[in-house]
Amino acid sequence: MKVSNKSLALLTTILAIVFSAAGRAEDADRAGTSKQSLQAKIEYCTTCHGSSGQGYHGFYPIPRLAGQQTQYIENQLLAYIEHRRENKYMYSVAHVLSPATRSALARHFSELNPKPLGGAPKGLVVTGKKIYEDGIPETNVPACMACHGGEAKGQGAIPRLAGQLNDYIISKLLNWNLERGRDPARPDISAIMLPTSHNLTKAQVAAVAAYVGHLQ
Amino acid sequence: MVKFVSAKIAVAAVIASVLPALAGDAEPASVRNCTWCHGASAQGYAPAPRLAGQRLQYTENQLRSFIKHTRDNPFSKQYMWGAAANISPSTMHYLAVYFSQEPPKAANDGDKEFAASGKALFEDGNPAANTVSCAVCHGPNAEGIRDIPRLAGLSYFYLKRKLTEWGEGYHTGAKAPMSGIASKLSSNEIEALASYLSFVK
Repeated sequence: MKVSNKSLALLTTILAIVFSAAGRAEDADRAGTSKQSLQAKIEYCTTCHGSSGQGYHGFYPIPRLAGQQTQYIENQLLAYIEHRRENKYMYSVAHVLSPATRSALARHFSELNPKPLGGAPKGLVVTGKKIYEDGIPETNVPACMACHGGEAKGQGAIPRLAGQLNDYIISKLLNWNLERGRDPARPDISAIMLPTSHNLTKAQVAAVAAYVGHLQ
Repeated sequence: MVKFVSAKIAVAAVIASVLPALAGDAEPASVRNCTWCHGASAQGYAPAPRLAGQRLQYTENQLRSFIKHTRDNPFSKQYMWGAAANISPSTMHYLAVYFSQEPPKAANDGDKEFAASGKALFEDGNPAANTVSCAVCHGPNAEGIRDIPRLAGLSYFYLKRKLTEWGEGYHTGAKAPMSGIASKLSSNEIEALASYLSFVK
């Protein structure tokens, strides 16, 4: 049976549409993560970290991810997976993520900008600002601003502190090596904060945490 | 003369009615209004959950939610909207504090076979299925904190009903993320969690 040119053209067109539609679905598969599964993962993260990544005061303070440096988020996720930073909840959720998903999640949260969750004592902000900007030379505490930036937005691997939960910051600064630096064979950049965290008094930690916690 | 005596009797009667509360061992009148349904020592009875040992901020929030009608599941609507309607803010606070200090007893009415998988789910969630760890907010022993409720030892039937109702679209009392979380749980996961928690001391 002879196939006419017209019907051949029609058949070819239909096939082209069918296969390119399949191709478009594959386009959504950005870097190995389908749009749908990324959305589901984002929802999963925000269940604990807040609908806009602003953080949440659970039994444990769950930190703000919104506006965070992408490199910092990716580094932390990898540190959890490699048990250099030890937290059983974060290991549990992180170790199922592909590198591509980790990047996509970091990018998503870095672009959010909700208001700070708040809750820190306002009276400490002035003292905290002084420590943040000038450091405490007498006890070898450098100015936080020098690395974390004038607006506490961080850069690269150095985290944003602006708007972070104050009780999260307090808990981390007072217990720096409880979670971090857990693999002595593989020391990482987190070690940089250890001396500073030791040299700050509890009151100073509370003040700095109150200050950065209220920064937008 | 008779009038004077009746007045004295009336005064004595009023004092007598207050004495038990002043004595400290009997329940205050406002608490008795609750334990009618919530059981002796507020341990819970039938559909009414245990109040004993609950976080005071949580209890207070729930009482307010009954007045505001934000908590709208069937039993709340049928019983608690009316029961809470005339409670003053100061009494609410008093009741919340009172119950928070009552020692809780675990209901132990779940299914022991499901309890083990419930424990794993409670502590770790299920990351592959995007189910969160309950412990992150409710604490590793389901003890709760601030306005996040203690789940330890609540009745399996109550917990199962709450998780199911949230999945059906009923609202939480205060701004809690539980509606979204519960709606993603499978019925097996609800069974496991409710069973496990009913045994936690």
